[in-house]
Amino acid sequence: MEIEVPDNVALTSLDYLASWCRKNSLWPMPFATACCGIELMATGASRHDVARFGAEVFRFSPRQCDLMIVAGRVVMKMLPVLQRIWLQMPEPKWCISMGACASTGGIFDTYSVVQGIDRFIPVDMYVPGCPPRPEQLIQAIIDLQDKIQREGSFLGNEFITDARQQPKRALQELELGQVPRSLPIIGGKA
Amino acid sequence: MVDLSGVLEQLKSRFGERSWDYSEFHQNQRLVVAAELCFSVLEFLKKTCGFDMLIDVTCVDYLHYRGAKDRFGLVYIVLNTVTGQRLIVRAFLNEPDLKIPSVVPLWEGANWLEREVFDMYGIEFTGHPDLRRILLPDEFVGFPLRKDYPLRGRGERHNFERITRGEG
Ligand code: SF4
Repeated sequence: MEIEVPDNVALTSLDYLASWCRKNSLWPMPFATACCGIELMATGASRHDVARFGAEVFRFSPRQCDLMIVAGRVVMKMLPVLQRIWLQMPEPKWCISMGACASTGGIFDTYSVVQGIDRFIPVDMYVPGCPPRPEQLIQAIIDLQDKIQREGSFLGNEFITDARQQPKRALQELELGQVPRSLPIIGGKA
Repeated sequence: MVDLSGVLEQLKSRFGERSWDYSEFHQNQRLVVAAELCFSVLEFLKKTCGFDMLIDVTCVDYLHYRGAKDRFGLVYIVLNTVTGQRLIVRAFLNEPDLKIPSVVPLWEGANWLEREVFDMYGIEFTGHPDLRRILLPDEFVGFPLRKDYPLRGRGERHNFERITRGEG
């Protein structure tokens, strides 16, 4: 038997709808510690206008953010602060590591600079460059939106990821040659 | 470069000729004094010669430096804001006796500068009101701007717990 759907009704999954809402209203937490922060500001300002992608509301309270943009080098004295802010952000949340320094330590291979924040907090997107141009950051936000749409779920199952932490998510996808559609159900050990 | 001959005359009459050594290099006017005399020379410069402003206190580690006799060279830069005279006062310290009187009683601004030198080189400023680390975390061990400190550190940059997705 065929069910007739009226013209102004769309059918979708709850996961899809939740991800669609989330991806289009990212609220960034600007963790700008160095020169990359200037490009981050440029991204938010009128010329590059990240508002076009729904991510213009920079909040300086982690409680109101769901996208941490780490722009600049993080030193060992700062890292506990970074981790604390990350933990204070409510779920669902994502992290962009912006620039060479945040991703790898960059040219600062010294005793005090953390060699890549992904050693200590989870990172979703890496933006190369020193500093990356605003276009690159916007590209990262767009890619992150794709990722949220693709992998997101209403209950946030994609975040409970013991299995998905290693190997790294992106590498796993590369190896499979495709993007996994359905995610393993956590707890059930799929 | 403002002429310093008047100041040098005063120094000569107060401390004699032997105890300090004046030289010029690239328009820098430098005065090397013995560490024991350092405080009294600076006090004299401030109170008698009118050097009322302390620009900077810092330190150089001469370990492995070609031709260097002493390990640490302290640098005090003082300025006379009336005449524009500027003088770099240097004193050398060697291990194990890394102590020198603090100049905070003369210039309040020396407080944080000396804390930084203590933080990075481990020079102890006796009489400093609050000699704690200033840039590095309190629990840090070692003095990283010493030349014998490894550039990449001793693992302190990796010494954190790891937050995974699940905990976040
Ligand atoms: S990546 Fe380059 S621009 Fe960005 S914080 Fe590091 S040094 Fe500065």
